[in-house]
Amino acid sequence: MSLICAQNLEFAHGGQTVLHAVNLTLAPGEIVTIVGPNGSGKSTLFRLLIGALQPHKGQVIRKPGLRIGYVPQKLHIDPTLPITVGRFLNLPQRVSVGDARQALEIAGVPGIRDQQMAQLSGGQFQRVLLARALLGKPDVLMLDEATQGLDQPGSASFYRQIDAVRRDMGCAVLMISHELHVVMSASDRVICLNGHVCCEGTPEVVSAAPAYRELFGTGTGGALALYRHDHDHAHDHDHPHTHTHEAAE
Amino acid sequence: MLDDFLVRAALAAFGTAVAAGMLGCFVVWRRMAYFGDATAHAAVLGVALALGFGTSITLGVVIVALAMAVLIHGLTGQGAAVDTMLGVLSHGALALGLVAVTMIPGQRIDLDAYLFGDVLSVTRADLAVIWGGCAIVGAILWWQWSAMLTATLSPDLAYAAGINPRRAQLVLTLLLAGVVAVAIKVVGALLITALLIIPAATARAFAATPERMAMLSVGIGGVAALGGLRLAVIYDTPVGPSIICMAAALFAVATVGGKLRR
Repeated sequence: MSLICAQNLEFAHGGQTVLHAVNLTLAPGEIVTIVGPNGSGKSTLFRLLIGALQPHKGQVIRKPGLRIGYVPQKLHIDPTLPITVGRFLNLPQRVSVGDARQALEIAGVPGIRDQQMAQLSGGQFQRVLLARALLGKPDVLMLDEATQGLDQPGSASFYRQIDAVRRDMGCAVLMISHELHVVMSASDRVICLNGHVCCEGTPEVVSAAPAYRELFGTGTGGALALYRHDHDHAHDHDHPHTHTHEAAE
Repeated sequence: MLDDFLVRAALAAFGTAVAAGMLGCFVVWRRMAYFGDATAHAAVLGVALALGFGTSITLGVVIVALAMAVLIHGLTGQGAAVDTMLGVLSHGALALGLVAVTMIPGQRIDLDAYLFGDVLSVTRADLAVIWGGCAIVGAILWWQWSAMLTATLSPDLAYAAGINPRRAQLVLTLLLAGVVAVAIKVVGALLITALLIIPAATARAFAATPERMAMLSVGIGGVAALGGLRLAVIYDTPVGPSIICMAAALFAVATVGGKLRR
């Protein structure tokens, strides 16, 4: 049985249709990446899947008792709220000190349990969010542009960590990302979203699909080429897609 | 022991400070100060209605404060310009209450007691309401703490964990109405928000976790309540405002002290 199954989702905001006719299923253990330009409804889709928003049409079926490990794009902690890393890891469920230590180690930030969340660097903060998500023994990890604000080596190592976690814990991973070159190489399946599902399939299939090339440009031969050539071609676009540069970075 | 009005006053002030200290942290973390004001001001309308209908003041205050709480909760779900709406509701309710009180035939009541509190006149029944309210607030916070803290940190994290943050918000709003009903006799409608915010804000600098901040806030509120009462007795000043002065002084000392320490 699939972990999450979204059927024919439709969502509008302020009279504007953000998503329509979106179907998505996530099987146990697979890594699926959602890519798409800004405003394509990626984060909205995520919030529909975790139940923070209700679709206007269609439905989201979660496996009964599904445990979601959610790593948000950004988490603002009000400066009036003091909280240590150790305390944060205990939300909402209490965990043992040993488990908390282990989760921090897996996430790549051992030994910061007593620090205030507010004092962490961007990379440490994202890893603590990951550690907290892991402590719930999730069936699925959901990462919403979890590496935003990290530099390239930082995000590359973050994704290596995700891959290792999936291997060790066997959870499925559903992520949103702009960093096509890193993400596509690590995914089993890619869904290209722009209000609706433009195309989906293995990274190779999607990067060759006309709909994908229309969104992300063909000048570099797609994201896989970007991956191989790294930075060299990222600034060469001569067509008017404003999001392309951002997508390639 | 309860025959002594000063003992009753001390117990009332302390109980109120404990309830406000616990809840005040959430008010600070979630930036609900305006929210507290609106609920507290609505309590004045509750006093007027209770006098008009000849029911108990506590009942009137509880009902109107709860109604205001639910109304505000509904509004925040609409995504309207909340602070403006709160301003309108808050001061509208206060003004309406002030006008309504003067329209009650017969007695001219002393409204000061409800605006600024009148802790020296608390009865045993008032004490029962205050400590009963305090126990309910404490019990619900204890039971819902983790869910409410998660929802406060991030609504989306809460949803992903199967917690409904809207429900947590509603619970907090209702608790706020309860604290208002408890505190109106002690510090009065105009200063309730101060009792919620100042001890929590004072505790912030000395706490590493939310729980320690809440405990410190309760302690600081208690010190302010008893210290303020003592000052009021010595200098013959109004008790409610004296308690808030004491709290504000503690805040000032803590803030300056915190700056110097760094």
